[in-house]
Amino acid sequence: MFPAKIWREFPQRYRLEAAKCKKCGKVFFPPRLVCNACSHREFEEIKLPWEGTLVSYTIIRTPPSAFSDQAPYAVGIIETIPGLQITCQIVDADLDKLHIGQKLLLEFRLIQKDGKQGVLCYGYKAVPIDAHNS
Amino acid sequence: MREVAVIGIGMTKWGECWQKSLRDLFVEASLRAMDDAGLSQIESLYVGCMSGGLFNGQEHVGPLMADYLGAGPIPAVRVESACASGGVAFRQAYMEVASGMSDIVLAGGVEKMTDVDGSEATYALGTAADQEYESFHGITFPGLYALIAKVYMKKYGITNQDLASVAVKNHAHGVKNPNAQFQRAITVEEVLQSSMVADPLHLLDCSPITDGAAAVILCPMEKAKSLSKKKPVKILGSGHATDSIALHDRKQLEVFASATIAAKKAFSQAKIGIESVNLVEVHDCFSIAEICALESMGFFAPGQAGKAASQGLTALGGKLPVNVSGGLKSKGHPVGATGIAQIIELVEQLRGEAGQRQVANARIGLAQNMGGTAASSVVHILEAC
Repeated sequence: MFPAKIWREFPQRYRLEAAKCKKCGKVFFPPRLVCNACSHREFEEIKLPWEGTLVSYTIIRTPPSAFSDQAPYAVGIIETIPGLQITCQIVDADLDKLHIGQKLLLEFRLIQKDGKQGVLCYGYKAVPIDAHNS
Repeated sequence: MREVAVIGIGMTKWGECWQKSLRDLFVEASLRAMDDAGLSQIESLYVGCMSGGLFNGQEHVGPLMADYLGAGPIPAVRVESACASGGVAFRQAYMEVASGMSDIVLAGGVEKMTDVDGSEATYALGTAADQEYESFHGITFPGLYALIAKVYMKKYGITNQDLASVAVKNHAHGVKNPNAQFQRAITVEEVLQSSMVADPLHLLDCSPITDGAAAVILCPMEKAKSLSKKKPVKILGSGHATDSIALHDRKQLEVFASATIAAKKAFSQAKIGIESVNLVEVHDCFSIAEICALESMGFFAPGQAGKAASQGLTALGGKLPVNVSGGLKSKGHPVGATGIAQIIELVEQLRGEAGQRQVANARIGLAQNMGGTAASSVVHILEAC
């Protein structure tokens, strides 16, 4: 992975920066150049909250090459604000107690290490609220 | 637009073909299709291939195949739409013949997947998802379909046994298909005892890694009888649609809007109703995918396809036979070839040449091929002549 490929995604992966359409209000993560609802091209930068609700989840037991040292691990789809969902890992969690509708916090974590360039790729992962409190 | 017929079909035996290369597989299937049609020349070539680059380090697959098919200097192009590459290649060939641009066009598909190990294959297939916002986080294709399955199961109350019944049914069909990778019956218990790949999907809920190729020859309907002795099969309708690349951008994970729209377009062109369809080949890359695809196209109401396999409705001899070829699950899933092999199954059925798999009185068949988590779907409706 070439470093610029990682670097250019920092605003989204490090700060959850999203784009809100100035005409219809639809929010996009990652930001887009054109709104798919109303075709408008002007956006306001907003930040997604570092929390959400679990929409669906699975436990990956046969991982792709870059994640072979992490399996088994949970990945879920999380709704952050109404109508906006993201995909990420769920960590520090009892895998047997995950459930749809569960409240989660998002945290800044290491996602993967790239073998060839040695670049550490950071981003967001979800953590159950109870795990966070303990 | 001219009416178009399929006049030749050919495929290789699918499986782990250690002796055969990417080009060997494609040329073998293509020659069989040309022999079936009784033709020695083609005017144009489409090659459905998802990732010659990642599986074999080979791009520019169109001219490679034209060259080794002895068909140069004809135009030849690779068509890529992930696991829908074959179905989309067929549609491109269809449009070229329908437009009047060419008379005899070969649409084929190929994937040589066993030249890399399992984790590399998982990576290559994962590139059909959003690389930066899905795959980056470690989700795999079984994982994405598992997310769909979790939501469907909670919403409609189906069980792991109901999911497994889809795989069991398709393996029972595959036993009767000599080209299938797994000509072996399995039981619900075997599915549930197979290793978990991504909860709730077990290994036997998933289609396999496969080497294989498939090819068909298209020509104008008006010339079909003079060009070939084979009974032509007419293309009644073709539909193609896309959806968000990321699964998380869907309001309802279990609804494949691309399949809904592609089917609607195909039926509208065919000027027939859904009740006229005698058999269906759907993209069962995972057991849950067959269920969602059938509902999304309108063959079952939402929530009703989940138990269809358990109830025997979709088996050979049932109300609506689905994946009598064995489907991706049992026949195998060399991703670029899958959409073409679905067409081949329909042609064999509509010619009445499907042997033990023959659906009685089959007149109209539908094939649905999709890429990614249904970010693209292509639907074709074929009719016996």
